[in-house]
Amino acid sequence: MTRKAAFLTDATICIGCKACEVACKEWNEVPEDGLVWSGFSYDNTQALGASTWRHVMFLEQPATAGPQQVDMEDPFRWIFLSDVCKHCANSGCLEACPTGAIVRTNVGSVLVQSDVCNGCGYCVVSCPFGVVDKRHPDGRAFKCTFCYDRQSAGMIPACAKACPTQSIRFGELDELRKEADVRVAELQRRGYTDAQVYDPLQTSVGGTHAMFVILGQPEAYNLPPAPEVPTIYLKSAWTSALVSALVLAAIVCAAFLF
Amino acid sequence: MAAGENPAVPSYPKASEERLDAIRNEASVSGKVVTGAGQAHANARIPGAEDYYNLPVLKPPTWTWEVPLYFFVGGIAGVSSVIAFVGHLFHTDPRMVRVALWIAFVGTGLCPALLISDLGRPLRFLNMLRVFKWRSAMSMGSWILAAFGGCAFLALATNELTLYGIQNPFLPPLRWVGEFSGAVTGLLLASYTGVLIGATAIPVWHENRRLLPAHFLTSGLGGSSAILEFFGFLLPATQILGFAAAGIETVIGVILELRHGRVNAPLHHGKSGSTMRIAGTLEGPIALLLRILWHGSANGRYAAAASFLLGALCSRYAWIWAGRASAHDPQALFESQQPR
Repeated sequence: MTRKAAFLTDATICIGCKACEVACKEWNEVPEDGLVWSGFSYDNTQALGASTWRHVMFLEQPATAGPQQVDMEDPFRWIFLSDVCKHCANSGCLEACPTGAIVRTNVGSVLVQSDVCNGCGYCVVSCPFGVVDKRHPDGRAFKCTFCYDRQSAGMIPACAKACPTQSIRFGELDELRKEADVRVAELQRRGYTDAQVYDPLQTSVGGTHAMFVILGQPEAYNLPPAPEVPTIYLKSAWTSALVSALVLAAIVCAAFLF
Repeated sequence: MAAGENPAVPSYPKASEERLDAIRNEASVSGKVVTGAGQAHANARIPGAEDYYNLPVLKPPTWTWEVPLYFFVGGIAGVSSVIAFVGHLFHTDPRMVRVALWIAFVGTGLCPALLISDLGRPLRFLNMLRVFKWRSAMSMGSWILAAFGGCAFLALATNELTLYGIQNPFLPPLRWVGEFSGAVTGLLLASYTGVLIGATAIPVWHENRRLLPAHFLTSGLGGSSAILEFFGFLLPATQILGFAAAGIETVIGVILELRHGRVNAPLHHGKSGSTMRIAGTLEGPIALLLRILWHGSANGRYAAAASFLLGALCSRYAWIWAGRASAHDPQALFESQQPR
């Protein structure tokens, strides 16, 4: 691996313009993903999916944003965050893929090779973030490519390029990790006491290539608080399978001995 | 015809106008921000800090009807080859060994067909054998199924050749190799499906990952001996296996019933919960009771066998539906990830 590319997406800077969603769709020629009015604030996209690789969230919370003074009886804050595939260090979809279609690229991202994927759907249930999905009627699994084509040509991903506020930062993982900490410290100093970095380093996922600066708890952003790569369940499940298989063989032997 | 008279045109625009008037009225009377919802969408609500509009975090399994049926067929085929090998080893009725080998072989034909038809790109099914990954239960399963197919065919072919009276010094050892390897890969085939769904991000599946392989294996055992009974092999051995499978399923049913918490809610509620309960009762207590009450009668054994088969089949579907329900419940996911 020559580089470790990463996104740092900052909820305290995002203005909810959805330029990232549009740029992603245009560059990657991602098909239409349903035109519905959700009723959930301005979020008519609702979730990442096979044909939604950037998703801008709109959080309406009964709280004040940091130190702001509001002349209202009910405090209210409106937060936006552009969600994306996390490109996990230990990636559930990559581990699960039985065809080798999902690979780790030379920039450290996780890529589904569309010419290999046969649409078995096992990555879908193996992603702890609910990112990758099967596209109908195409039949194959799709997700954010981290604009691997653009990166290979020396360009930054379309979403980061289109972001008018630099809420989506693109750069080296280690540098952005440091910058995220600096940013959160700065927000804390300014009175945004619930600012934090979302980058699950302490779980088996082992950190992500797409980090987020958020206000409040990860659950409010539909980010799992402690995501685990499903391969950690293999040992106990296989142990159970082998023990049960031995017991079953013994039962069958006993049945025919009597 | 006016829009209001057409039943196909919903009437909410008028209702929401009234709501708007009510909000204006409330605001003018109280002189402050109104408390109620405004133009609320059917499911819309102001979220707290605990979730995101209660939208799912995870993606539900995309598998269609073929996959649970494959779990059922694969389990029966796998355990059938175990019964064939052990039956041959302990000199059981050779006709039963033959039928068990045929069940395994027919299963090896059905299983890939079901799995390939579930693929988004069926023509690319051979990509499954492109890599060998220990850490992917799906990859291991593909190789197990491929190996089982070869072993089951070898076992059946050598058995048939022996029955046709072909004399060859290589035939008996080849037959033992085929039957033994068929039994080993059969055990793997009948149990790995539990690992397959147990080692995923779906909370209700990975929460029960230790139970699932045993559960699926037992279903294969009871299903296989039930089919042998339907073929007329009302031997003491198939009766014992039927008793064992129904007994173990009864215990597993009780264990599942006692599993609490939001994560296990799909085992008790909704479509998956009711199917799981009915299926568990059919393959557990009902099959067991039928065997106890009518253990001497052929019809009693057929009834018990039918009850078990139906329960085992429905239970595979219930597990997939439980996975879907689990993926749709963000609160279950958050709860399962709280520090304990």
